[in-house]
Amino acid sequence: MKLSVDEEKCCGAGQCVLIAPDVFDQREEDGIVVLLDADPPAELHEAVRESAEVCPAAAIRLGEDV
Amino acid sequence: MVGASAAGLGTAEALRRKGYAGRLTVLGAEHRLPYDRPPLSKQVLSGAWEPERAGLRSRDALDALDAEFVLGDAAVSLDPEARAVRTAAGRTLRAEAVVLATGLRPRRLPGQDDVDGVHVLRTLDDAVALRGALERARRVVVVGNGVLGAEVAATAAASGARTSLVGLQPAPLSEQLGERVGGLVARLHARNGVRQYHGTGVEELVHEQARATGVRLPSGEVLPADVVVVAVGCTPATEWLATSGLRLDDGIVCDARCRAADGVYAVGDAARWYHEGLGAHVRLENRTNATTQAGAVAANLLGGDVAYAPVPYFWTDQFDVKIQVFGTPRPGAEVSFVEGDEEGGRFVAVYGGERTRAVYGGERTRAVHGGERPHAVLGWNMAKQARLHSRSLSTAGAAA
Repeated sequence: MKLSVDEEKCCGAGQCVLIAPDVFDQREEDGIVVLLDADPPAELHEAVRESAEVCPAAAIRLGEDV
Repeated sequence: MVGASAAGLGTAEALRRKGYAGRLTVLGAEHRLPYDRPPLSKQVLSGAWEPERAGLRSRDALDALDAEFVLGDAAVSLDPEARAVRTAAGRTLRAEAVVLATGLRPRRLPGQDDVDGVHVLRTLDDAVALRGALERARRVVVVGNGVLGAEVAATAAASGARTSLVGLQPAPLSEQLGERVGGLVARLHARNGVRQYHGTGVEELVHEQARATGVRLPSGEVLPADVVVVAVGCTPATEWLATSGLRLDDGIVCDARCRAADGVYAVGDAARWYHEGLGAHVRLENRTNATTQAGAVAANLLGGDVAYAPVPYFWTDQFDVKIQVFGTPRPGAEVSFVEGDEEGGRFVAVYGGERTRAVYGGERTRAVHGGERPHAVLGWNMAKQARLHSRSLSTAGAAA
């Protein structure tokens, strides 16, 4: 799984951090998403998929094989 | 799914993610593939984004969803027992379950449809039309000082138009944020050159030869404008359900599982469901609710028993300030600043919860309080910190 985030779209809601804290964090200064792991292990794929779907800014893109 | 915006799409996606392999049909009144609305009053309106960038999913992602999108055709009636939806083009769509996600329709001022130069902002087409008008506008009046009106005023002022903001609230967003923070929003707009007329409605649109030239206030004052934006709230788009027998009362009335009738669910801006945590029927007009509620509806459609009881959340961008709100600030609530301050341009405010103070510690930061628990948390350019503090909210159920 290759993940990417669009910092310009991110609204700082932090939903992804709640769902997949091993994969996403937020910057202290403005709350924008920080991608901790662009290629997370298989057991996190479900959580990452959910993060991408519930992201209120559609700022998380999933790569292939997801 | 009746409705092809965030709530309808979100339900389809959540169904697939939870393992549903059957047929999915998504019916949309607009011709466009699902797009996102929050950028319409921000990046799309400012011209920072091309309209296409507001699209919610790539073509590939939509293909992978394996849903049939029936677009450019509005639902005109529902038979809940047969779970049959009739459309304007004469289709009849039948399904085991129907999800109602038709969203909102903007309110209009009397006579505005007969006058050029008067805009609402709900759809991508609205945003593109308003964008074009703002490029030529010298004077803009925004009627309505809630979230959308204030965002549009900020975007218009930032793009160089002489902008006035008029509305019934005593300060912009004061109904949503309380008077104290609303006052800060007013100062922010004033600093950026927005003329403001709060606590007043509009008497009428003023026009010459069916072209808007301004708005008249009840005081008699006329605010001149080449472009008038009407952002005076919305009503649920439920007219098409009038003959369905479903209970409609400022939205589609649902139980705690977001169920309106057997096999019929509602999701998003048009759904008024029973929130067990708040002990009341609520309807939330915000983007985050569309997808989180979609997840609950999808779970229930697949045999789950999920009572949907979220902490409401919305955000708004006003000039260079990003405001995040968890929970619903109550009128007159005590507000305490638990991190940062007004002068520094960044803070976290907590509503309710007497004697609230913050205990710091990175991810373990939390608000500690004696007595009543806080009911809302607001971040002003402090998104992450606000989210951390929001864990202390009483509606979240967890102990601080």
